Amino acid sequence: MSGFDMAKAISPVVKTLPPSGIRKFFDIVSEMKDAISLGVGEPDFVTPMHICEAGIQSLLKGHTYYTSNSGLSELREEIAAYMLRRFALSYVPTKEIVVTVGGSEAIDLALRALISAGDEVLVPEPSFVCYKPDAALAGGVAVPIETTQADGFRLTKKALQDAITPRTKVLILPYPNNPTGGIMTKEDLEQIAEVLRGTNIVVLADEIYAELTYAGKHFSIVQIPDMKDRTVVISGFSKAYAMTGWRLGFACGHSDMIAAMTKIHQYAIMSAPTTSQYAAIEALKNGDEDIEMMKDEYNYRRKVMVDGFCSMGLDCFEPLGAFYVFPCISGTGLDSNSFCETLLREEKVAVVPGNAFGASGEGFVRCSYAYAITNIQEALHRIERFVKRYK
Amino acid sequence: MEHILRILEKNCRMTPEQIAVMIDAAPDEVAAAIRQYEADNVILGYKPLINWEKTSKEYVDAFIELRVTPQMGQGFDKIAERIYGYDMVRSVYLMSGGFDLAVFIEGKTLKEVSLFVSEKLAALDQVISTSTHFVLKKYKDYGVVFDHVSEDERRVITL
Repeated sequence: MSGFDMAKAISPVVKTLPPSGIRKFFDIVSEMKDAISLGVGEPDFVTPMHICEAGIQSLLKGHTYYTSNSGLSELREEIAAYMLRRFALSYVPTKEIVVTVGGSEAIDLALRALISAGDEVLVPEPSFVCYKPDAALAGGVAVPIETTQADGFRLTKKALQDAITPRTKVLILPYPNNPTGGIMTKEDLEQIAEVLRGTNIVVLADEIYAELTYAGKHFSIVQIPDMKDRTVVISGFSKAYAMTGWRLGFACGHSDMIAAMTKIHQYAIMSAPTTSQYAAIEALKNGDEDIEMMKDEYNYRRKVMVDGFCSMGLDCFEPLGAFYVFPCISGTGLDSNSFCETLLREEKVAVVPGNAFGASGEGFVRCSYAYAITNIQEALHRIERFVKRYK
Repeated sequence: MEHILRILEKNCRMTPEQIAVMIDAAPDEVAAAIRQYEADNVILGYKPLINWEKTSKEYVDAFIELRVTPQMGQGFDKIAERIYGYDMVRSVYLMSGGFDLAVFIEGKTLKEVSLFVSEKLAALDQVISTSTHFVLKKYKDYGVVFDHVSEDERRVITL
């Protein structure tokens, strides 16, 4: 008996972080080997071969060392060229870009670089699950802003105005959105910019799905000229180039912000994986066609899925970004968790409860269309059978 | 409407109704476009891609390089037409490079293929030489990998 108690040693902040809202559900799905899952938040495509080969070649050439903390200079130059070519955004590669371990690390770095104890981070919800815990770990407080299907799950000017307090430090802009598929247009963002002018609020624009939009090109708040300095854009290679396992992302922003993020990154990570960085150079140089091919395929599936849910009488907002559909299931009389668990048990189809992405996701489920059309069609067939029993 | 061709090329069992949903068109429009493609010989047929290795069928595939003398005024078309008329011939391509026609043959036995090459192809007046290569194993055809077990390695749920 040493008298040692590890539980007492763990930080209270970490202890109070809620566990994943779908842990139990995940365990049930994992046990069920013959279930069709529409629950995956990553592309079904494998990384294009030319990108893999670039990674392999880098290993064969002996590029197995750390890179500079900010990332290979050639990669940062290619990122700058890519942001200009694809989104008309201009960044100086030497001081306004840092390469990270996925977009997730960049989000964590940005919040840690900005947040002091008690600072508030505005998080439109439903949205990806990392913002709240990252804010808490940085000592801040996440303030959810509910978005609604009626507004296309967009952040509205009024909702933002209502949420701002003297402690507001950061606004997260997670668009195109996981899980809703909602996007923000230029007009929407101009309304947001109006509210932000005259404040010192920093915008953290998580644009990891920027390449996957289906009604014209993605518009970034950075394209509004006076919004550039206050905005850090987070992006990466996972969704656009089907490179989730390579764990590579990046952040672009004001040189002071990037310097602060790089300072944390150098102590925590040193540098992003070297092999992945070489592969990413190839992706940016020669991968534009891969993006278009995958996007066309996602778009076919998106239409099949929206049509399927509408045909079975579920209220389904048309998602214009990412690769998710977010139908409202309240007409079945089931809440999100019950719907998902009963659907899984009765029809062996796994979808994700909307409330896993924030309280305002209650009454919805997230269905990914990063699956072959034949899988989607079979899943829709089963869901329709299920819905008919409960409506 | 070329989206229709791209979709059918991947899966020709898709119905006009299913395709219509995918491309935001009316089923009637899609059906009409398909009929037009068929009439124009843009769509030449609908066939399953079969891995005969997994059946009891006895067969031999061969690829023949042919060097031929083109005919005055008709180039290679006449000799190609003569060759593709044989049932055993699956494909004929006019090639650039070291030979003229690439001929793909399917027969029941090595002997049948060999006899076909020596007695039918080599015997044609315009044929200068043949070089026969037997297929030992097919790995990929028409973009489809044979014997590929498609397993989804992704975690069943990720947020």
